[in-house]
Amino acid sequence: MTSEQDPRPRAVIVACTDGPLLVRGEIDLISASGEAIPRTRKTVALCRCGVSTIKPFCDGSHKLVGFRTDPVPPADRKRDEGIVTGEEAPPDAERSGA
Amino acid sequence: MVVCAGSQGVDDAPVRAHCVGMNAFDWARRSGGPPEILFDARGPLSAHLLDVLQRPVPESGEMLAALLPATEIALSQSVDVLRDDDIQLALFILYGLHYGQVLPADEDWEWNPSLITARLALEREFEKRLRSCVPMPALPEVDSDAVAGALFDLTAPDPGPSLSRYAAKRATPGQLLEFLVQRSIYTLKEADPHSWAIPRLTGRAKAAMVEIQADEYGGGLPERMHSTIFAGTMRHVGLDDRYGAYVDNVPALTLTSLNMMTMFGLNRRLRGAVAGHLAAFEMTSSIPNRLYGNGFRRLGYDTNVTWYFDEHVEADAVHEQIAGRDLAGSLAEDEPQLLSDIMFGASACLTIDGWVADDMLDAWSKGLSSLRVPLAVQSFATA
Repeated sequence: MTSEQDPRPRAVIVACTDGPLLVRGEIDLISASGEAIPRTRKTVALCRCGVSTIKPFCDGSHKLVGFRTDPVPPADRKRDEGIVTGEEAPPDAERSGA
Repeated sequence: MVVCAGSQGVDDAPVRAHCVGMNAFDWARRSGGPPEILFDARGPLSAHLLDVLQRPVPESGEMLAALLPATEIALSQSVDVLRDDDIQLALFILYGLHYGQVLPADEDWEWNPSLITARLALEREFEKRLRSCVPMPALPEVDSDAVAGALFDLTAPDPGPSLSRYAAKRATPGQLLEFLVQRSIYTLKEADPHSWAIPRLTGRAKAAMVEIQADEYGGGLPERMHSTIFAGTMRHVGLDDRYGAYVDNVPALTLTSLNMMTMFGLNRRLRGAVAGHLAAFEMTSSIPNRLYGNGFRRLGYDTNVTWYFDEHVEADAVHEQIAGRDLAGSLAEDEPQLLSDIMFGASACLTIDGWVADDMLDAWSKGLSSLRVPLAVQSFATA
């Protein structure tokens, strides 16, 4: 079946609430200088909070900085500003692989 | 007990390589010795069970008939099945007949009605105790975004003592070895407990589960299977990567953690709980794994050791999104009656694994081993 006959898109990007861009399908992931960025899995999550330590991929750090994709009501904004960031944030979870 | 070369820090790579992916039965057969069980009983029930399983099915007779009464006595005398060594080891052994590689036994035992009856009796009390101990979160709306949001809220990082922060900043080499030993009970079978649920799900939830599990199993590349990568980490620090080699060392609760996942996965009626469990598991993985990797880097270990943790930083940031919306969220929309169990499974994951971590930190803060039987080797093999 050719791409013209197939109604399915080559790739789908899901804008995850308060999280990354989840990319499924065939895309070319390249750096600003045009070099291919190695991709080791079929579905990838791209950082959009700006804090990931493995950019362009997501490492879950958005959860430590209170990243929000929707406008934040004033009452919540104050709380979010109090959240510490990066290495100093105290993750409570204790998992070692899933 | 068969000792795998390299398990005591002996550097014999060619021999050691033969141990990978080989169960005790295969190993014993290859080495010419009789099949051996790599762990001991912890009480009358597990002793009885091991006695039964060392016989061929037709010769088990009276011992098999006495298994259910022995199970009922063990349950009636148990103070807390979640921390009961004898009961959790018995369940671990019974589930092991389905997984394989746990102990050498006649394969005809897998679906033996008497063993299944004993397993159901144990599971009944196990689930009852879990449901009474695990805090039940408020239920969100039956909507995939709302369910994902509730799960992310439930699993959000919060202040407090943390095993992963301790590992990153302070853990000694011996404590990180103990950490790997504790994790090996699940991680050498990583993804398998949840995979039991794949044919028990349908539609969108099934597709999401398969998408996650395919990545767990290396996306078609066996060397990238997470369990295989973890076995490599164990070998590179001088630990024995055969399944079962450290069962004797770990406390009951570490077995409970795996048994709970297996029970959720093997019982179709608990498919909501297994979906919630996997979502919570994935949502509490990326950030801690970065810190665990940092702990090993702090001690001078290279990517042969840290690959496993680094891989999970990226992988689980993907998986948590799929697990929240597409697995748990879709399942709730498609089968709203499972919403409560989805949240229960997530909370059960956080509760039990939180206790495991608390116990480890508590022991280490007192200068003690977190293991039931401390390791003979207390330091890493040469980095």
